[in-house]
Amino acid sequence: MDRRTSIKWMMAVAAAMQSLQLQAGDAAARDVSASQAGYGSDPNLMKEWHPGGPWPLTLSENARLTTAALCDLIIPADDMSPAASAVGVVDFIDEWVSAPYPQQRADREVILPGLIWIEAEALKRFGKAFPAVSDAQRAAIADDICAPAKATAEFASAAKFFAKFRDLTAGGFYTTPVGMKDIGYTGNVPHTKFEGPPLEALKKAGLA
Amino acid sequence: MEGARVLMLEAGRNYTPATETPMMQVNSQGPLRGSGTPEKPFGFWDATIDGGWQVPGEPYSSASDDPARQFVWWRARMLGGRTNHWGRISLRNGPYDFKPHSRDGLGFDWPMSYEDLAPYYDKVEMLIGVYGENDDMENTPNSPAGVLLPAPKPLVSDLYFKKHAAKLGVPAIAGHRAVLTTQLDHTRLPKLLHPGNAKAQKILAADMQKRAACFFATPCGRGCSIRANYQSTTVHLPPALDTGNLDIVTDAMVRAITKRADGSAEGVVYIDRKTGAEHRVKARIVVLAASALESVRIMLNSGVANSSGKVGKYIMDTVGAGFGGQVPVLENMPLHNEDGVDGLHLYTPWWLYKEQLAGKLGFARGYHIEFGGGRDMPNMGTAMGLEWLNGGNYGKKFKEDARRYYGSFFYMSGRGEMIPNDDCYAEIDPNLKDKFGIPVLRFHWKWSPHEIGQAAHMEKTFKDVLDAMGGRYSRQPQSGEKAIKQGGIIIHEVGGAMMGNDPTKSVTNSYGQCWDMKNLFITDGATLCSNADKNPTLTIMALAWRASDHMLNLMKRKEL
Repeated sequence: MDRRTSIKWMMAVAAAMQSLQLQAGDAAARDVSASQAGYGSDPNLMKEWHPGGPWPLTLSENARLTTAALCDLIIPADDMSPAASAVGVVDFIDEWVSAPYPQQRADREVILPGLIWIEAEALKRFGKAFPAVSDAQRAAIADDICAPAKATAEFASAAKFFAKFRDLTAGGFYTTPVGMKDIGYTGNVPHTKFEGPPLEALKKAGLA
Repeated sequence: MEGARVLMLEAGRNYTPATETPMMQVNSQGPLRGSGTPEKPFGFWDATIDGGWQVPGEPYSSASDDPARQFVWWRARMLGGRTNHWGRISLRNGPYDFKPHSRDGLGFDWPMSYEDLAPYYDKVEMLIGVYGENDDMENTPNSPAGVLLPAPKPLVSDLYFKKHAAKLGVPAIAGHRAVLTTQLDHTRLPKLLHPGNAKAQKILAADMQKRAACFFATPCGRGCSIRANYQSTTVHLPPALDTGNLDIVTDAMVRAITKRADGSAEGVVYIDRKTGAEHRVKARIVVLAASALESVRIMLNSGVANSSGKVGKYIMDTVGAGFGGQVPVLENMPLHNEDGVDGLHLYTPWWLYKEQLAGKLGFARGYHIEFGGGRDMPNMGTAMGLEWLNGGNYGKKFKEDARRYYGSFFYMSGRGEMIPNDDCYAEIDPNLKDKFGIPVLRFHWKWSPHEIGQAAHMEKTFKDVLDAMGGRYSRQPQSGEKAIKQGGIIIHEVGGAMMGNDPTKSVTNSYGQCWDMKNLFITDGATLCSNADKNPTLTIMALAWRASDHMLNLMKRKEL
């Protein structure tokens, strides 16, 4: 990020911190147009679709960096698969919060203030932007907000945001070929016969 | 296929499943990971075109502001209509379902018995291809030998349900769906379907060979380019077109039926969706198969065939409620492919006929259970909302949990019979018109205590079954009022032009022939006298075939 946008972002974050208002600022995203059309009731199902195709992406560069850091905190690389940001989840979340449909517009009202909040929280606790803090520092914030039922009143809104962000991250990740392989989906392959469950699966369920 | 020249008018656009079906696309290839939106309610890849509970420019209205008294109306504007996206569940009505009033004093008897329609159920199953087994269950008819295709093997979750639901007396038998688990027998079936008609047999035999068997991948609701499941665009229309007897005009929105001086139907007026121009066509016989409520709308707007005052009355949907949870024994299953035929390998037919007749249940009609679990193609719901199971976490632990819980969820949907009542009807809205200037329908709706009680029974039963399976759930069963889906949500709307024996109390005879207009027939769901728990499509097709035979006979006898 260039210095100018960086300062703008930090000022927005600082303002949010001061007012403790979880309002989406200009720095998190460009406005979505109220008249933005969707893909219509007869979209071409045979062409390649990509985020940014059916409607413009709106997250700011900084908000995308925060999104990347947060979705990789939720789905980091491990022995089975890479981190969420490596398979297009940031583009996907941007597509989701920029979409013109009621569900996505409602989610935008949770996600954008949440991104601002988490930046403010990193700044408050560690004096740095969220993407710049250490893994342990990110975890310290996440530990306070990852379990909605256990979150204190102070973190209740942030926990709601985190749960929604985690759902989007998981959906974005596990729908990709990499994510499907990780979770153990072995279908979508033509077969001449359907063999039914293997014996070891039946045994595990006490059925053989 | 039997020689009549037919002009088909379709309100929506032309549709070509062979080139328009997204067969193997995964969700990350579509916007929003394939999620449903108001423009594509069943997901991005769903076959529906220009359809949903709202169609732009084609409104309808409700007489009540209370959501519980509102009916929502699904439509699709495409060749083949909703047959392109439906669930392919193909269950026969049983003997009780044709005589419900005789059995419990409620609703209406049909002007026919199961035996009258059975030969047509046989023919439809042989033509479209339905898998299933004969299980000798009460009011759940067997098909004759050689009619059904082999049922697919059950999934682990199906067998686990079967084992544990049995403890509660809840059975599980092979599902019946219009999916080719093997290719149709093109040497045997055409002779049975079109006896004595060499041309039709030849055309059908050739077409049956072009329909591939299911390859056990990709969801049926997208449509099927290899023609392995039933949709009218891949099963009915190709051989009919091959006869040279069928012409199809798409984008033709019918406004009204026109009359001859003698009071018979002359033809219809339709509006070209693209140009707005009005066209008139004439015919010896006019057949409405516009979907139950669109046919009702055309009749009401035409002011025809309604001396009984019953056009628009007694509209019905299916009672729907659902409950699901997570089953620990299904966690961490060995990797295996559970795509199968995309649903209903097993199901539960209604099993409490005797208890119900004895008055022990507090509601009058039954439901079947469509249940399922399995390792479906991941979508936005995958690994969503795991907090109720793991408290909420992130990082490598979250990834482990996503793997652990994937495929361990199990859901039961009840699909039950609604009894026709005086509070559920459609009329023309005096103020509202669609973009073509055609007056629209206004709906009145109210569930009776029978449906509400049934929905409550579903919830309680499903919870008990989940308990028997050692399952966990994130909520307790709800009251019937809360559990029941809004009218129209299950998209099994039928009735509105009921058949009967008495012209003063019904709109058509048992052949869908209007009492007041002998050359006007209805062959969609509008004529149904009851809406058994069995999904209506198979019955609609059987009635349509029976009606068609009757039309041909009347034409041969010069009575029409």
